[in-house]
Amino acid sequence: MNGEFLAFFVFALIAISGGVLMINLRKVVHIIFVLMFTFLSIAGLYVLLSAEFIAFVQVLIYSGAITIMMLFGIMLTKHDDKAMMSVGFWRSLAALVGIVAFFVIIFIGINDLSLGEQATTLHENNVEQIGIAIFSKFVIPFETVGVILLVVLVGAIALAKKDEPDEEASKYE
Amino acid sequence: MSSIPLSVYLVIALLLFCIGMFGVLTKRNAVIVLISVELMLNAVNINLVAFSLHGVNPGITGQVFALFIIAIAAAEAAIGLAILIALYRNRKTVNVDQMDLMKR
Repeated sequence: MNGEFLAFFVFALIAISGGVLMINLRKVVHIIFVLMFTFLSIAGLYVLLSAEFIAFVQVLIYSGAITIMMLFGIMLTKHDDKAMMSVGFWRSLAALVGIVAFFVIIFIGINDLSLGEQATTLHENNVEQIGIAIFSKFVIPFETVGVILLVVLVGAIALAKKDEPDEEASKYE
Repeated sequence: MSSIPLSVYLVIALLLFCIGMFGVLTKRNAVIVLISVELMLNAVNINLVAFSLHGVNPGITGQVFALFIIAIAAAEAAIGLAILIALYRNRKTVNVDQMDLMKR
């Protein structure tokens, strides 16, 4: 067992156990804390897949931004911090059966799958390769993502703004 | 190069996807449903990055698409939380089975 296998094993174990704890814990804050570990270990998996820049973005966006945003969401909507667990026994059982069937079908498909040879140059100047690809081949999707982020910024502010009774307008009536 | 086979990464991603889907289908708190959706998107990202290293046509494209998906996921989380806060202000609940305005 070399170091790569060991690192992979540790990261995969943390990721999966974070997910399982997410299903089982009761308090929402604990769930988000556990999910942060899952996101961090997924970043470790990206490093093993020679995608350093994606790993960096994962740490910044997920374990930084999205976790904090979810905590804000909980704090702003808190009426009890216990996540009332299940939707009833029979419905969760039906969901479990369906998901296990899905898992088995996909697992049969991807078991022992291997496609061709692997890329050998992804880890050399990873950021430079991504930058060249984005600004030469994927310029229009990149700009579209920028526009989407702008629209989301404006839309989120407009949605979350409290509707005050409009004093300025009523003053001139 | 990397000695870990492709199928192991795919199985990890499949497990995370199934956990996320279970969370979406069985949790009642809308914040946890949003988080489970994020977990499913992460599983898809693992698949994309693994295929960009091991796939039929390996290259940097998978990583670029993973970046796009991360951006869209952040946008989805922001807009979902904004909708959730607006709903909470009007209905005083975060349970997804009580958000049935369109059903009545």
